[in-house]
Amino acid sequence: MANFKARIKVPKKAKKGEVFQVKTLVTHKMETGLRKNKKTGKKIPRFIINKFACNYNGKEVFSSNWHPAISANPYMSFYVRAEKSGSLDFSWTDDKGQVGTKSAKIMVTG
Amino acid sequence: MACKFIVFSIGLALALGIVHETGHAGEWGKYQVEDRRSGYTYRTKETRAMQDDDFQNPGMALVDEGEALWSMVDGKAGKSCASCHQDASVTMRGVGAVYPKFDIGLGKLKNIEQQINTCRTGQMQATPWKWEKGQLLAMTVYVRHQSRGMPMNVKVDGSAAPFFEKGKAFYNERRGQLDMSCGSCHEAYPGTRIRADMLSQGQGHSFPTYRLKWQKVGSLHRRFRGCNKQVRSKPYKYGSDEYVNLELYAGWRARGLPIETPALRN
Ligand code: HEC
Ligand code: HEC
Repeated sequence: MANFKARIKVPKKAKKGEVFQVKTLVTHKMETGLRKNKKTGKKIPRFIINKFACNYNGKEVFSSNWHPAISANPYMSFYVRAEKSGSLDFSWTDDKGQVGTKSAKIMVTG
Repeated sequence: MACKFIVFSIGLALALGIVHETGHAGEWGKYQVEDRRSGYTYRTKETRAMQDDDFQNPGMALVDEGEALWSMVDGKAGKSCASCHQDASVTMRGVGAVYPKFDIGLGKLKNIEQQINTCRTGQMQATPWKWEKGQLLAMTVYVRHQSRGMPMNVKVDGSAAPFFEKGKAFYNERRGQLDMSCGSCHEAYPGTRIRADMLSQGQGHSFPTYRLKWQKVGSLHRRFRGCNKQVRSKPYKYGSDEYVNLELYAGWRARGLPIETPALRN
């Protein structure tokens, strides 16, 4: 498993039915595959994270495919509706098929 | 003569694509002191929002990296930065506001990067970190970040005076094929568009800075090199005396403005 440096922000508690914001940022250079090494003239191979997903208690609630035009260190923020207490599991998959993961617990009240 | 100069200026303005734009009027809060406005105030509200939210600012990753390096033992002396300097939030607070400063031993100015490497080679008996590479950038960000919010307050009199004068002369000297000084852009035209960018007052208090164009954090000297190259003049080396003197002048131009490291710029 790849050890991606990622940050996530999820509220610790939410009321049932409440829509909350999730923030994520993964540190990655997102090499586009379009640049050349200035000294050798050779192309620098593409190396990006091409998929990001978030599961809430095992069910996918958000996912996106990333392409070479996505900036380095991608920031992704989205909204989720609170249903049950449990965990949000994030995953980032790169071009080599390596997967980085991170999780956060949330307590749903009421 | 005067007429010739105006014609030349207009020609230059057209060549560079300079277009006037109404600046934001009014208050910039802590980001403005007298007539000095931080580069922050010249950025779009989207770019400012990225800096305002530490979570969104990718430069903050280097604060974490620097923190990890702070207590990492390295070199023959078997020491880490923390062995001597303990808690950085106490011992390094305020350091970023007063660098570059005069060093008696060297007989000239030194900046934070150079001080870090002096500690590595002298105190830790470790190899110096390379300029513009991950570790030196991360540690410089980490040290400077301890002074975030504190006003820039470099010393420009006494022993520092001759070096300050050199930095000032560099700032005001026309150079390159375009024959422009730093001031031709940053004093004559702040708040004005130059192609797709908006000119700031060219100050040094926000560095190292995460630049969207670079897609990473870069030092003030990298910025100087870019600004030299864009008027087609030969850039100086990272850590050269010329740039350290210039760094003092650029720091003085930001006097009183709060340190933003790691700032976010486009
Ligand atoms: C063996 C002790 C020792 C170690 C280890 C050490 N330093 Fe220092 N450091 C000093 C001393 C002594 C000074 C003040 C004298 C000088 O300028 O060298 C100093 C000064 C500094 C200053 C300037 C502080 C000021 O107020 O101007 C900075 C910044 C600094 N060190 C950073 C570091 C960093 C970063 C590391 C780890 C990479 C480190 N030091 C490791 C002893 C140490
Ligand atoms: C042709 C115009 C031009 C010249 C000449 C020029 N710069 Fe710049 N400089 C820019 C532009 C454009 C930017 C990016 C927008 C901004 O912050 O002004 C910039 C940015 C900067 C910044 C970053 C400011 C911040 O807050 O992020 C510094 C510092 C700087 N310049 C210093 C210098 C110095 C020192 C010189 C002289 C060696 C110089 N510039 C010459 C155009 C110029």
